[in-house]
Amino acid sequence: MRKGNRGLRALLALGGSALLVAAACGTAGDTSDKEVTVVGSWGGSEQESFLAMVKPWEDKTGNTVKYTGSRGLGAYLTTAVASGTLPDLAGLPGPGEMKEFATGGSLKALEGVLDLNTYKADTVPALVDLGTVDGKIVAVFIKTSVKGFIWYNPANYDGTAPANWDAVMATDPGSAEALWCVGLESGADSGWPGTDWVEDFVIRESGPAVYDAWVAGTTKWTDPAIKGAFEAFGEVLDASYGGATFVNSTNFGGGGNPLFTDPPGCQFHHQASFISDFFKEQGGAADGEFDFFVMPEINPDYAGALTGGGDLFGLFSDKAAAKDLLKYLVTAEAQQIWADRGGFVSANTKVTTYPDAVGQKSADAITQATVFRFDGGDLMPAAMKAAFFRAMVDFAEDQGQLDSILESLDEVQSTAYAPA
Amino acid sequence: MEERLITAAIVVFGVPAALVGYILLTERLIATLPEQRQGRIRPWFWIAPALAFLIVFLIYPTINTLALSFQDKVSKSFVGLDNYIWFFGDAGTLEALRNSVLWVIFMTAGVVALGLLVAILVDRVRYESVAKTAIFIPLAISFVAAAIIWQFMYQYRPPGTEQVGTVNAAVGLVGLGPLDWIRERDFLIDNFALIFIGVWMWTGFAMVILSAGLKSISVELLEAARVDGANEWQVFRGIILPLLTPTIFVVGTTIVITALKSFDIVYVLTNGAFGTDVIARKMVFEMFTTQHFGRASAVAVVLLVAIIPFMALNIRRFREQEAIR
Repeated sequence: MRKGNRGLRALLALGGSALLVAAACGTAGDTSDKEVTVVGSWGGSEQESFLAMVKPWEDKTGNTVKYTGSRGLGAYLTTAVASGTLPDLAGLPGPGEMKEFATGGSLKALEGVLDLNTYKADTVPALVDLGTVDGKIVAVFIKTSVKGFIWYNPANYDGTAPANWDAVMATDPGSAEALWCVGLESGADSGWPGTDWVEDFVIRESGPAVYDAWVAGTTKWTDPAIKGAFEAFGEVLDASYGGATFVNSTNFGGGGNPLFTDPPGCQFHHQASFISDFFKEQGGAADGEFDFFVMPEINPDYAGALTGGGDLFGLFSDKAAAKDLLKYLVTAEAQQIWADRGGFVSANTKVTTYPDAVGQKSADAITQATVFRFDGGDLMPAAMKAAFFRAMVDFAEDQGQLDSILESLDEVQSTAYAPA
Repeated sequence: MEERLITAAIVVFGVPAALVGYILLTERLIATLPEQRQGRIRPWFWIAPALAFLIVFLIYPTINTLALSFQDKVSKSFVGLDNYIWFFGDAGTLEALRNSVLWVIFMTAGVVALGLLVAILVDRVRYESVAKTAIFIPLAISFVAAAIIWQFMYQYRPPGTEQVGTVNAAVGLVGLGPLDWIRERDFLIDNFALIFIGVWMWTGFAMVILSAGLKSISVELLEAARVDGANEWQVFRGIILPLLTPTIFVVGTTIVITALKSFDIVYVLTNGAFGTDVIARKMVFEMFTTQHFGRASAVAVVLLVAIIPFMALNIRRFREQEAIR
């Protein structure tokens, strides 16, 4: 009988733990019509800014926004789409995923949601195009960023923006040890800052047509236009602080820190607008101790060409409150709230005042851009992008390998674009 | 919400109920059989659920992986040995294979040697448990966290500036370096720097098991040898080592398998660049980045084939020991 008793006890224990599990599950979310679920990649101060941005809308409509920040947006949305338990609004990891979700039908067209005429009139045209799939607008930019800024320390450089690329390269580094600082390390994504360099060279040297064909996988990597961009980056590396070892071992966040050492390690650092936060937090620079100019033209035919990125946002539900929120988010009124809080460039041209020069100049660069292209690496298939990242690391380590690096990229290109 | 509650209830109450029901049902079935066969049939019924799980989650995927390894990127058509030809013809995979061999040899040798050394040394001191705990702690850290820790340890700054990485600061004290340890191809320094992290993590494991083995050696035996005039080295070579061999063997095979599967450290620190790629990272890369199911499966099969002999050795050794008992 003792045995039976033990079995009973085990069953009771199981029952007890079952209750605990059930209680733990009981806290999972409950969605009503008044609540809009939003998933984005923003955390920390960006999340606070987003919440501040939606606050007036919540107050006005009585609805609530339930925001979840997730770094792994791509994996999250892929599973969410597959399982059907979608958020109402979500940030999209990139244009590639946007296309997939839109053609798959989970991403809603914004025809009846936005006042399209006003939206188109108020938004930078290139950014409207980037959110369009098969002629339908399916995503909007809540926040944009510009790549290809050249940062300097005003204490070491007078701030004149050189007229063209040759003038930049001919700049006298003055008291600085080298002309450039480059840092490519970024864990498993190491090499990406180098891809920004190559993209900026391709679009300024060879123009948007070549850029698009290259991103789409129809222009080969061994093409003179792409090889030329690598070589131009090679010249930068030759003139960079600490040599190849520094370049590959330095995290992108600290890549520009030698701008602020005494004596300075370098004169210039090429990086997107976000880097100013790293200057302040890691480089020990205060506001005013850094400034930038936009990377100038190379081929005058393509003057004003710009690359950048941004946070695309899409609608996954038919809920009235969700539609209303999206409509509100693209307005100048909403965008101005985040712009005032800093670290933000709006896609809306009606947003004209920024609290700092970085924001102001970024916004000006976007509105003045004749050609705007999304970050090329992010548009390529995952295997191509990974190979591109690695190629930059290998190239920085040994530039003599350029031909074999480009050949192996061609090899990846020949399979990466095949339809899955 | 209710749906989830119902699912949760089904899982937490349903599964145990089904198991109990299964046992009761099979007992009924067995009872209908002739008495003398009952005893032989019963164990099969009992292990049947476990066997089913094993087939569904282990044997079927293994066979499927083998099948996929002979198919193309999207597993639509048969490509024969193409994926294996790629594996043994691609400079990147061959480099990964070489590095995995380095991991197996040096991580295993390092872990076993250091583990044995520490086990023997701490056996003779009063603060044994403290020392053992300190050496065991790294094993409790996740691979990723350990890799991050060592990223700081190996940190490189250009010569002439202040070295913030512990390793470079230390070699700087004796006038050497700085060296970018995890990216320096010369003499395979980068590979050894990564393997060392594995050794640092797993030495505690070897130490604990070898230390237990050491304690099971009878003190009288050692005393007898010493009384007969054997010096410490002779005691070690003639008594401790032979008696510890089975334990060393078990530890060794475990580390060999761990080394073959090593992925996290390489993934976090170099992502396979600078000639440090290993087989397991290559497999993950082909699977999730390239999404080439055929190649990824081929890498997995090679990895499995490489592990099988060590598993077999381990099991045979285990059986021999059981037989002695």
